[in-house]
Amino acid sequence: MIDRAFFGGLLAYGAGAVAGLIAPRRSVWPRVLCCGLALFGGLLELCASILSLASGAHAHWEIPAGVPFLAYGFRLDALSSYFILILSLLAVTISIYSLGYLRAFEEKKTVGLLGFFYNVLLASLTAVFTASNAFFFLIAWEAMALSSYCLVSFHHREESTRSAGVLYFVMSHAGTGCLLAGFLLLSARVGSLEFSDFASGRAELTGPWQAAIFLLFFAGFGVKAGIIPLHIWLPEAHPVAPSNISALMSGIVIKCGIYGMARVFFEFLGMPPLWAGITVLIVGVVSALLGVLYALMEHDLKRLLAYHSIENIGIILIGFGSAMMFITLGYHRLAALALIAGLYHTMNHAIFKCLLFLGAGSVLHGAHTRNMEEMGGLIGRMPRTAFCFLVGAIAISGLPPLNGFVSEWLTYQALLAGFGTTESLTRVLFPVAGALLALTAALAATCFVKAFGITFLALPRSEKAERARESDSFMVTGMAILAVACVALGLGATLFLPVFDGITARLAGAQVSGDLIAAGGLALSAGSARGGTVSPAGLAATFVILSVIPGLLLAVRRSKRKRVTGPTWDCGLPGLTSENEYTAFAFSKPLRMIFAALYQPRREIQAEYEVSPYYPKAIRFDSEIESPFEERLYVPVQRVVLALARRMRAIQAGSIHAYLAYIFVTLIVLLLYGVRS
Amino acid sequence: MTAIRTALAAVMQLLLFLAIAPLVTGAIRTMKARLQTRRGPAIWQPYRDIHKLLQKGMVIPDTASWLFSVTPWVVFITAAMVGLLIPMVATHAPLSLFGGVLAVVYLLALGRFFLALGGLDAGTPFGGLGSSREMTISAIAEPAMMLAIFTVAISANSTNLSEVAKSAIGQSWRFLAPSQMLAFGAMFIVLIAETGRIPVDNPATHLELTMIHEAMILEYSGPYLALIEWGASLKQLVLMTLLVNTFFPFGLSSAWTAPGVAAGLGYYLVKLFAICCAVVLVENANAKMRLFRVPDLLAVAFVLGTLALISTFLF
Repeated sequence: MIDRAFFGGLLAYGAGAVAGLIAPRRSVWPRVLCCGLALFGGLLELCASILSLASGAHAHWEIPAGVPFLAYGFRLDALSSYFILILSLLAVTISIYSLGYLRAFEEKKTVGLLGFFYNVLLASLTAVFTASNAFFFLIAWEAMALSSYCLVSFHHREESTRSAGVLYFVMSHAGTGCLLAGFLLLSARVGSLEFSDFASGRAELTGPWQAAIFLLFFAGFGVKAGIIPLHIWLPEAHPVAPSNISALMSGIVIKCGIYGMARVFFEFLGMPPLWAGITVLIVGVVSALLGVLYALMEHDLKRLLAYHSIENIGIILIGFGSAMMFITLGYHRLAALALIAGLYHTMNHAIFKCLLFLGAGSVLHGAHTRNMEEMGGLIGRMPRTAFCFLVGAIAISGLPPLNGFVSEWLTYQALLAGFGTTESLTRVLFPVAGALLALTAALAATCFVKAFGITFLALPRSEKAERARESDSFMVTGMAILAVACVALGLGATLFLPVFDGITARLAGAQVSGDLIAAGGLALSAGSARGGTVSPAGLAATFVILSVIPGLLLAVRRSKRKRVTGPTWDCGLPGLTSENEYTAFAFSKPLRMIFAALYQPRREIQAEYEVSPYYPKAIRFDSEIESPFEERLYVPVQRVVLALARRMRAIQAGSIHAYLAYIFVTLIVLLLYGVRS
Repeated sequence: MTAIRTALAAVMQLLLFLAIAPLVTGAIRTMKARLQTRRGPAIWQPYRDIHKLLQKGMVIPDTASWLFSVTPWVVFITAAMVGLLIPMVATHAPLSLFGGVLAVVYLLALGRFFLALGGLDAGTPFGGLGSSREMTISAIAEPAMMLAIFTVAISANSTNLSEVAKSAIGQSWRFLAPSQMLAFGAMFIVLIAETGRIPVDNPATHLELTMIHEAMILEYSGPYLALIEWGASLKQLVLMTLLVNTFFPFGLSSAWTAPGVAAGLGYYLVKLFAICCAVVLVENANAKMRLFRVPDLLAVAFVLGTLALISTFLF
């Protein structure tokens, strides 16, 4: 049953890809076939993952490829099924959304090509999450990287898109290089390419080998996940893609890095050294905080969301890092709690980030701009999009009772418990990480007040926004499903927790969902009911009950009271216009000044005047902030690479004879080497 | 049976909070006036204000959306909910199963989130200004608050506020421990920032460029304004309660019985009076800070919180 659903899903993705290539262009068929088949495939994969998680079976299939060392091995264990669950949920909703979203593309763009790469990406993601040997994993990884590169570069007529695509391509392959080296080292130690052998041979990994493998995989998966300082491609590449693709990229493609880290750090690495856990924790905290701080400075709605992906990857890694530390210190139940916090946030982030990107796409579709300073007043023009976006904004800000709150609460509890796990000074790391997580969450709330308030509320700031119209029902349905998922994963967290038992049993050596559920499923607890409980459902119910009080207060003399609509107070000026409104730039100005040491803001003011500087005719204001990673880290590296390339040009004379001579010499050297050994 | 008792306790605690909240606001105003040798308004003035506002009609800005009308509900209800998660007169908070100190922080953040959106919804520059400042200041107050909370939670081994209060029974002098005193200092600064008091914000101001909270609610009128004002004084009261009952939990009744609750209420009012006096003294002794000096104050709170945390295992 599971295998039929799983391979049926893969076949549907394949059929969707083929359909994209052969369906007649400039018709509705590419859109309907590609999205429809992807939707069907997503539903089948959803069934497969739910069945697999429910039964706890470890399905394993192998298809020989007819080439030495290579077999297409699929394994659907608990961790794989969990990521397939996230992927297919997103595939279903994005496919529904795309049915409406791609309609606008039909006249100008080749929807078939987009559909082809979309389906290839979905299939290769499925393979990445289920591959059971290193060879196949790397092939799937490459297919995923290449198809997502093609999707990012879809609007390739624009210069910014092309350069973002190239940056993504280069960074992604640098990461793949690290992964390749990591797998080679790992297989050299274990003597096999099978994941199951990696897992059983993990006890042999120690010392410098383990350290090298950890660092290679952390860098390789870190590029894909977008950890700071390897994140620079993410805020460039995610916004330029079509919005449904941005949603898929930020929702699940970056989670490949998270999946890889979970797999390698907890299954293949053996007992990780303490510094490894500390590294992951610190990188997580830094990514979370800097991610949100840079997000606050963005006025491009999609770039803002892309920076928030970095932030949330950081929050996930806070969970993972502390789980690794707990395993080293011998606290397996705590490790399971921290791992659940990280994995739950992985799912939650996938859902609300996908929702927000789809919302941004809907805004882009309706108002034809990504610049928040040109939006405003959309809540009246696009009420359904606005509502869904608001749900996503509350969820990503970690506010109760939605899903973001639950996973952040679990992360806090893991950090708090971490304080008691060691006597050394490292224990201070946990509460300090917690405090910075609190800062991150509060800044995220600030950022989403800005993102929602400036985009949707008050008066439209441009004609484009004034003419915006609500998106069609396909797009709204896609968003609505995700909004419901945000609420369900918040209120029903206790029902969902047992899913993690299979994963933590294997990765952390403990099953803790029983301890995390208190009061008969009503509340979540932090390991024991004494340590602290929270009940999103209970809070929501209390909210509803307490709404009686304002209801009664507002009912006082209701019939005699007047409720009139009047103009907003305008300080006596002749009417309020959108020029009086607060801008996104002004909203984040206090933080720009408070964190000036980080941003190093530069401003330039030019005034034109004729007679006196006190009566300017026109004023131009320019402001930018420093991007320290590009300037301090990547520019020097780029310079070194270019210098090396210039040196190497000496041997690339362009003469075919010289190249033949190189090949000949290499062959001789290799033969000599082979004869000698 | 326990469910009914809990419900009764919840109703009672909620009514007490609702009743006392405007009184605290009024008492602080009166005491402040007396220290400045003014007569000041009567201590009952906040009740009269709420009563008056509830009778009035209201003007909704024509630029506003449904969010403008939802905001007062959310602000009021979240503050009231927090009141049910905090021990007031008994060690056991009625709804402590539903959330501990982290839920308290995040529920208040939810109210603030909507209030800031309500400020932006009307489209005035004042609203945006208030929202921006409110969100900024509360964000940078957050790490100090969390460190202080962690200090308390670590020494009580729980984030559940009832457990925190219970753990202090039998150690009446715990508040003299260095970690507790430092954490109290941090929390007190955060209290001042969160409730919008001098030197961070001036609650007595209207239409000044320095205002924060008042700027956000400028467009609210009538019953909505009453809800927001009442919600704000509730928030102030529950934060004060959090402070006094976590750091000085003596006098809390161990069960919801009539004599216990009466004694607990007596102790509670005394502690509340003390903290009000402290707030009044701070308000009178300081001038309002420039907005960009506030981060320095909150940095002090952050340092106090860090020291508190470190001293939990040094001493």
